Amino acid sequence: MMDFLTTLFDMLGSASFWVATLRVATPLILGTLGVLICERAGVLNLGIEGIMVAGAFTGWLAVFNGADLWTGVLVAGLVGGVFGLLHAILTVWLTVSQHVAGLGVTLLATSLSAFAYRVSFPQVSTPPTIEAFAPLEGLAGLPLIGPVLAGQTALTLLAIVLVPAIAYLLYRTPMGLALRMVGENPAAAEGQGVDVIAVRTGAVIAGSMLMGLAGAFLTLSAFNAFFFNMINGRGWICVALVVFASWRPGKALLGAVLFAAFDAAQLRLQQAGGALPYQIYLMLPYLLSILALIVMARRAAYPQALMKPYRKGER
Amino acid sequence: MRLESRSEYSRRAMLLAPIVAVLVTLGVCALLVAWAGAPVGQTYALLFDGAFGSRFAFAETLTRATPLILTGLAAAVAFRARLFNIGAEGQLYLGALAAVAVGGMHGGSTFDLPLPLLSALMIAAGAAAGALWLLGPAWMKLKLGVDEVVTTLLLNFVALLLVSMMLDGPMKDPLAMGWPQSVALDPELEFSRLIERSRVHTGLLMAFGLAILMWLIERFTTFGFALRAVGANNRAAAFAGLPVGRTVLLCALLSGALAGLAGVGEVAGRASYVTTDMSPGYGYAGIVIAMLAALHPLGVLLAALFVAAVQVGADSMSRVVGVPNFIADVIVATALLTMLVATLLTRYRIRWGRA
Repeated sequence: MMDFLTTLFDMLGSASFWVATLRVATPLILGTLGVLICERAGVLNLGIEGIMVAGAFTGWLAVFNGADLWTGVLVAGLVGGVFGLLHAILTVWLTVSQHVAGLGVTLLATSLSAFAYRVSFPQVSTPPTIEAFAPLEGLAGLPLIGPVLAGQTALTLLAIVLVPAIAYLLYRTPMGLALRMVGENPAAAEGQGVDVIAVRTGAVIAGSMLMGLAGAFLTLSAFNAFFFNMINGRGWICVALVVFASWRPGKALLGAVLFAAFDAAQLRLQQAGGALPYQIYLMLPYLLSILALIVMARRAAYPQALMKPYRKGER
Repeated sequence: MRLESRSEYSRRAMLLAPIVAVLVTLGVCALLVAWAGAPVGQTYALLFDGAFGSRFAFAETLTRATPLILTGLAAAVAFRARLFNIGAEGQLYLGALAAVAVGGMHGGSTFDLPLPLLSALMIAAGAAAGALWLLGPAWMKLKLGVDEVVTTLLLNFVALLLVSMMLDGPMKDPLAMGWPQSVALDPELEFSRLIERSRVHTGLLMAFGLAILMWLIERFTTFGFALRAVGANNRAAAFAGLPVGRTVLLCALLSGALAGLAGVGEVAGRASYVTTDMSPGYGYAGIVIAMLAALHPLGVLLAALFVAAVQVGADSMSRVVGVPNFIADVIVATALLTMLVATLLTRYRIRWGRA
């Protein structure tokens, strides 16, 4: 027991553990913020898994073809936005089932990425690589958090900065108020002169852009190549994290970091040669997400109009 | 733009919807084929030829359709009750694993059952494994209000890891040269061939039979009525005194069992052992099939045949003209989205301009 505690505290005290944690957390932070924005406006976006694949692929492809890294990030965001527009057309304009439309977007984005990869690289066996974002060594001098931040790349900082920015947007601006209103009571929002369809469409596009960035982090920062299975359920985990976060940006950051800390810890336990089969450790993130859903389900205050289509003149 | 509810339901429009959806899909995907640098007409002709052009091709399509019918039925019955079971993929794997676990007991001294009984037990075990895997999410939905879409999705990953763990451990085939695959099923337990010199197996009959059975259940039993009532409006159903919880749980058992049977069929009819890549996403394709069939059990037969044909045809087409066979997945995904829109347009009319 003492041994275990010592190991645990050693781990929690080591900068490398927190470096790993923040790295694992980054796509989750971006993706969770993306889902959060969509759901706050009343739209479930299960397209996230596929949009992340598309973001990862297109961002990487742009850089591979000579664009600089930030252009790659921009491309990934725009591609995410395009799939968001598709999801918005289906769910907000045409009011088809948000569940099924989201799954359709995921299937489409995933298969299109795979198709485009094969058309662009018909004959490669090892995935081609790019020069990815470099760690921010310059920040090493900062007290306490310096060594942790120095191991990160600019995209991680961007993800962290986006948390207060989005919180401010949601709670302190008229735009944020309108967005939250269409997610709670679209009829009342309409009465206040808010264009429900336009706000929801904008929210889904913006949220999907963040999902595209979440994918791009994996190919432009965490790794330097694109693999077919690289998203591996991270998108679904983000959907669970939003419930865990009670649709609040600050809690989303907390949830993503907690989750990532757990993931980084299990990776270390696994490397330390635990007695359990490695698959058990790999299951933990998924089981943990389900657990988060269960724990928070009772307290969850869903946006009241989530998954409810809005048709003018119909109640 | 706004939507206006159509006053009368047109049966013809509902039958036409999947056809229009498929045609639009093929039109859209023609752009991708052209982008890949292949002649569109020839590519589609080759795709069709690869799926139906010869006795062998058609047999392959039927073989591929077998698990798809079952996962399609699994999704269709669940969606009827608005239980969004997206976990057919995991349920399929666990069904396959359970089938091999039971089938592997054959010949052991501790477990000497007559062959027909063991065969039935193997099928039942596969169905039970799939059913139990969905019971958890269904229960969490009913009792705790946890969205079943996310839980069933996440459990797909857990199921696959569970299978991988078993194939690394207790169920590993020691003769597989280190490849993670299960011990092979006893040949005596394998489904027999339906067509000579092909891979079509009796699992196809099972799938057809179950589609008809599901149609009869939905059409003529009180459970079928409850299923539709709960799906249409579960509050009204509860108010009318229907056992909503029990209906949803029963529906989950049925749906999971169907997906589990898809796994049994793949092991007993085709592969004879379990690997972690035995399904190229049959569970997810089942969702598309259910939607294309407008959740109708008999429509699932046609929709599954369409998806199987696209997948088998694309494989053979890509060997000839070099359009990546991922085009099959794109076609299937696009068909789902266009079918969603087509179904909506049978119920609503789009009016342009402001009201």
